[in-house]
Amino acid sequence: MSTLRVWVEGVGLWSPQLADFAALGSVLGGSMPTPPPARPAAARLPPNERRRAPESVLLAVEVADQAVAMSGRDAATLACVFASSHGDQPITDYMCAALARAPAELSPIRFHNSVHNAPVGYWTMASGCHAPSTAVAAQRASFGAGLLEAASQVLAERRAVLLVCSDTAGSGPLREVTGCEQAFGCALVLAPAAGPSSIAALDLLVLAEHADTPLPEPLAGWRHGSPSATSLALLAPLSRGSGRCRLAASGTLGLQVDVRHVERERAA
Amino acid sequence: MPMSTPPLAVTAYTATSALGHGLAAQLDALAHGRSGLRPNDIGSAPLACWIGRVEGVEATALPPALADWDCRNNRLAWLGLQQDDFIDKVRIARDRYGANRIALLLGTSTASIGATEEAYRRLDADGGLPDDMLRPAIHTPHSLSAFVAAALGLTGPCLTVSTACSSSAKVFASAERMIRLDLVDAAVVGGVDTLCDSVLFGFNALELVSTAPCRPFDVARDGISIGEAAGFALLERSGMAADAPQLLGYGEASDAHHMSTPHPEGLGAELALRDALARAGLEAAQVDYINLHGTASRKNDEVEAALVNRSFPVTTRASSTKGYTGHTLGAAGIVEAVVALLAIEHGLVPGNLGGESPDPDCGASFAWRNERQRIDVALSNSFGFGGNNACLAFARAGFGA
Repeated sequence: MSTLRVWVEGVGLWSPQLADFAALGSVLGGSMPTPPPARPAAARLPPNERRRAPESVLLAVEVADQAVAMSGRDAATLACVFASSHGDQPITDYMCAALARAPAELSPIRFHNSVHNAPVGYWTMASGCHAPSTAVAAQRASFGAGLLEAASQVLAERRAVLLVCSDTAGSGPLREVTGCEQAFGCALVLAPAAGPSSIAALDLLVLAEHADTPLPEPLAGWRHGSPSATSLALLAPLSRGSGRCRLAASGTLGLQVDVRHVERERAA
Repeated sequence: MPMSTPPLAVTAYTATSALGHGLAAQLDALAHGRSGLRPNDIGSAPLACWIGRVEGVEATALPPALADWDCRNNRLAWLGLQQDDFIDKVRIARDRYGANRIALLLGTSTASIGATEEAYRRLDADGGLPDDMLRPAIHTPHSLSAFVAAALGLTGPCLTVSTACSSSAKVFASAERMIRLDLVDAAVVGGVDTLCDSVLFGFNALELVSTAPCRPFDVARDGISIGEAAGFALLERSGMAADAPQLLGYGEASDAHHMSTPHPEGLGAELALRDALARAGLEAAQVDYINLHGTASRKNDEVEAALVNRSFPVTTRASSTKGYTGHTLGAAGIVEAVVALLAIEHGLVPGNLGGESPDPDCGASFAWRNERQRIDVALSNSFGFGGNNACLAFARAGFGA
């Protein structure tokens, strides 16, 4: 099988400790950046939506917006692949508890926000995006599987794609089985060809073995706190400029990714 | 608009719904105008509505090796896999291509959330999930796909698409791309959703559920009837099976309008339709039948009828089959893809069951009763919450060759 090559034009990242992709560089460089405010800013959402939006939507919109801003692309033109292992866990917890207690009193708003594609739905509304959009999941391999789906869209459709992978922290009894201790989200804008906004080339090779590269210190334990933090195996070499990592892409399949640095052209 | 893409062969397909288990049961009910809807007899509390419930799910047992996956949704998946020799056909493909050269791409809106609901109904004394429900793999949206991967022994790319009611249409698009890029040689696509409290009381809270059997495109329609179903298809390169029906193309687009209401002019639905026709290399007039999303909600049917009226000549026949199966949510895409394939194979335009008093918004394309005619090309529309739209184009074996 041949290698899939896609070009990275933008990166977004948010966790309670890291406000953005630059903050990841600081941590890997040995310093401790200032943590962001408790709620992701999600500035692209209209103020009313932002006030009402569940955390899963704020998190996904925040990292998506960061990546799109770095790419300089118009968000309305990007196909969207939004991955999440568990969707909005506080809403799932609320729904299951409400249904056990008084099913007829279920909140209609929380119900329509419970669909796995709520974050990408709100994103397309906020950005006026009529391009194809999808919401995917693959247990703890959601980032690798989402990357494979996004790369296949980039190359088969020859268009730029926004990939988001995010999970909120678990809550209630559900947390015992999801094991999500903290929110984590990341985003990549991927393109089929090199351009003035390219910051790296990714060469993806599908491997018939399941493997996750250990995360560098001080991030080694993060993967256990959020399935979306498995993306740090790729975000770390992206931050350093180059390197190789392996990501789980399903329960049985892996992705080997070679990251090659590209010097971004300076704006005139 | 995209370039046209090479067709894929649909070398096996099956569906299990309120109409029965497997293709013969679906066809028989469609041919005789027999609905599978019945008064709601499921759920942990009463709710006055009609449902499309599959018989025999509770009595279905998973093989001992797969027992950890047990839940109602995976039982329905297992029941669906048993029909129409589907497992044998996948086994032959696995032997031919290798287990890691077949993608497994399934759509679902709620996967096995019913199991999580059950766990919450009987939390143990200290407020935790009961011991028998401490199975992390069933409390995630990927439960269905991971279970089916284990059941079919497939080790290639495995992904769950969960875009509400367009989920199991969009998996055809992902499969086509992966095969075109030579990531895999074949793909098992499909979807499963089961009746559970989340969807019954959720759609009820949105005031979208009818208390009567749903009436798509009827002037007095007043909401959906929720159903459940499992369906699967095997896709391979068209050169592998010249006598198999074909997936000619797909279209996907976003409304960018509202979470639970379609765009008033059907913008995303029309973009998806145009995208599908372009990939399939078709003119609208070449379409013989279109299986509509037709949920029987006031707004969906109004918008979709207008789209049919402005897009197709009267020679294109159109109907919704939600009056037969109910709205099977994340499984609707595959169930109605199967209806489109049956329409081609058997020359049957299924009548729009439930439309006793047609909405005057519906043009002359609407088939209110069964019609018999040759069908070379059939489309299927699937639209979901979040403004998520998909359209699939299928054709008879040899069409366009």
